[in-house]
Amino acid sequence: MEKTWNNKAWFLVLPVLLLVAFSAVIPLMTVVNYSVQDTFGNNAFFWAGTDWFDDILHSARFWEALQRNLLFSFIILALEIPLGIFIALNMPKKGLGVPVCLVLMALPLLIPWNVVGTIWQVFGRVDIGLLGHTLAALGIDYNYVRDPLDAWITVVVMDVWHWTSLVVLLCYAGLVSIPDAYYQAAKIDGASRWSVFRYIQLPKMKRVLLIAVLLRFMDSFMIYTEPFVVTGGGPGNSTTFLSIDLVKTAVGQFDLGPAAAMSIVYFLIILLLSWIFYTVMTSSDADN
Amino acid sequence: MARITLDHIRHAYGPNPKSDAAYALREVDHEWADGGAYALLGPSGCGKTTLLNIISGLLQPSHGRILFDGKDVTNLSTQERNIAQVFQFPVIYDTMTVYDNLAFPLRNRGIAEPDVDRRVREMLEIIDLSDWSNRKAQRLTADQKQKISLGRGLVRNDVNAILFDEPLTVIDPHMKWVLRSQLKRFHKQFGFTMVYVTHDQTEALTFADKVVVMYDGQIVQIGTPAELFERPSHTFVGYFIGSPGMNVMPAEVHGSTITLGSETIALDHAPKIAAGDKVELGIRPEFIRIGREGMAITVTRVEDIGRRKIVRANLAGQQIAIVASEDIEFPAEPRVTFDPGALNIYANSWRVGREA
Repeated sequence: MEKTWNNKAWFLVLPVLLLVAFSAVIPLMTVVNYSVQDTFGNNAFFWAGTDWFDDILHSARFWEALQRNLLFSFIILALEIPLGIFIALNMPKKGLGVPVCLVLMALPLLIPWNVVGTIWQVFGRVDIGLLGHTLAALGIDYNYVRDPLDAWITVVVMDVWHWTSLVVLLCYAGLVSIPDAYYQAAKIDGASRWSVFRYIQLPKMKRVLLIAVLLRFMDSFMIYTEPFVVTGGGPGNSTTFLSIDLVKTAVGQFDLGPAAAMSIVYFLIILLLSWIFYTVMTSSDADN
Repeated sequence: MARITLDHIRHAYGPNPKSDAAYALREVDHEWADGGAYALLGPSGCGKTTLLNIISGLLQPSHGRILFDGKDVTNLSTQERNIAQVFQFPVIYDTMTVYDNLAFPLRNRGIAEPDVDRRVREMLEIIDLSDWSNRKAQRLTADQKQKISLGRGLVRNDVNAILFDEPLTVIDPHMKWVLRSQLKRFHKQFGFTMVYVTHDQTEALTFADKVVVMYDGQIVQIGTPAELFERPSHTFVGYFIGSPGMNVMPAEVHGSTITLGSETIALDHAPKIAAGDKVELGIRPEFIRIGREGMAITVTRVEDIGRRKIVRANLAGQQIAIVASEDIEFPAEPRVTFDPGALNIYANSWRVGREA
């Protein structure tokens, strides 16, 4: 097709450009500005070049936090995606059960992050929490304040509780869009339950699953509020994710330069990983 | 291949139907011959898809039994009944190749791979998609997809019947003709019992040996296209088949004459009409002659449809349609006569037979 060049069209994207500039580009540039300078307060800045980036990329603390993030996102995806699909497959397709299930599923999504954190913080406490106290009464040694593994389990279970619904709702939307004729044809073709899933339901859910994976990956990789409220990054540094580390550096220690450099690296990692996910998951579409 | 017996089938979608009106299918009691090509014809919502799904086993009838070759299959699953069904919208497995789509029903039945290969290749030849066998089925056109759906049914050469649920709805008009003639050829070649649901009379009349006309949850007539045209046994059949449909006018029967407003037509027999029956006279537009004698009409409109003209006229207070030749000339006072052999008399919408 012949492409038409019309420079007047740029005027049409100008409003969006301005909006994006104010909401994203300019704030990002201030971060870039901080990342190459040092300050000792009084609004006095000194050129630091790439020193902060050097520091970050050679800091064990950064790499450890990044590893924790990757592990956390991996566990979250490995749990929430299959569980979400499983629940969506077993949700009622018609009748009174549909609105009931949908509302129940949507409830966790409506709770603010820090409230979710508080709920689980209390829920898991050994002295007064329903979960922590019950486990203790059963003789199970569980204490998320002292044991790193228990802290991880608590944070992971909390995230699964909070966000699996999103995967369920997306998958459910994909499932209900499949016409009945597909299931009827599968019956006539003698397809097994597994074949129906593999050749009808999964292909039809592919697009929404891509969105679910991307959303859950980005969100879990940026997780901050809930673990901050529950564990505060501890015990030790065992649940200190990049975002928590970043806030500690920027707000706790007021090291603006290193924090800014870290934000940029963090941002680039998320961008890169999301791009890889998207490219890999859509490449099968391009095959045929 | 099988003879299909529908033994007093009734079906309601809701539980505990209270009246006849609650039944999507009121009562169907018929036997369909082995190897026949049947078309189920009727308007939307008349129960034809319900009946089809009952035959295929996707629906359990509320009452009655269904038999294949005398064997009760009412409680058997779709798979055990061994039938094939082609749906309104082409159902294909997107992620599979064309070849795998066709092999799918065979592999599900545990047929050995060499047999699968032989039969799939045969079927690819028949539906003319050999060149596409290794392509993903996703990007095909609607008619190619529908051919695959059809192929998946035909590839199992032992099916008891093939059911079609308005399979040509999404196909382009010129491809409809091609596919329909291919279907007829398959029918001759393989001798399947075929049941074809449609609301398009042309499709039904060209496809089927026997057309089953359904109306309001019941079968109103089963007959050859000619029978449906000449002797519609229900006013609905008269109205639904033919273009334009049959003229149906309220009338009164006195002995062997029938009165239409102020006009009286002599009959060669005395139809048996019970007192209080709603009597109607039916005559197809093709069997009305315009001339200088007979009953007076006033012509209201003439539609030219190419080789023929459709005359809309007023006869004794009733709107009627008349099919006339293209070069018709209207006399000053046009009058019409009815072909006596083409008169049909209806009592409460059902045709009163000569023999009755």
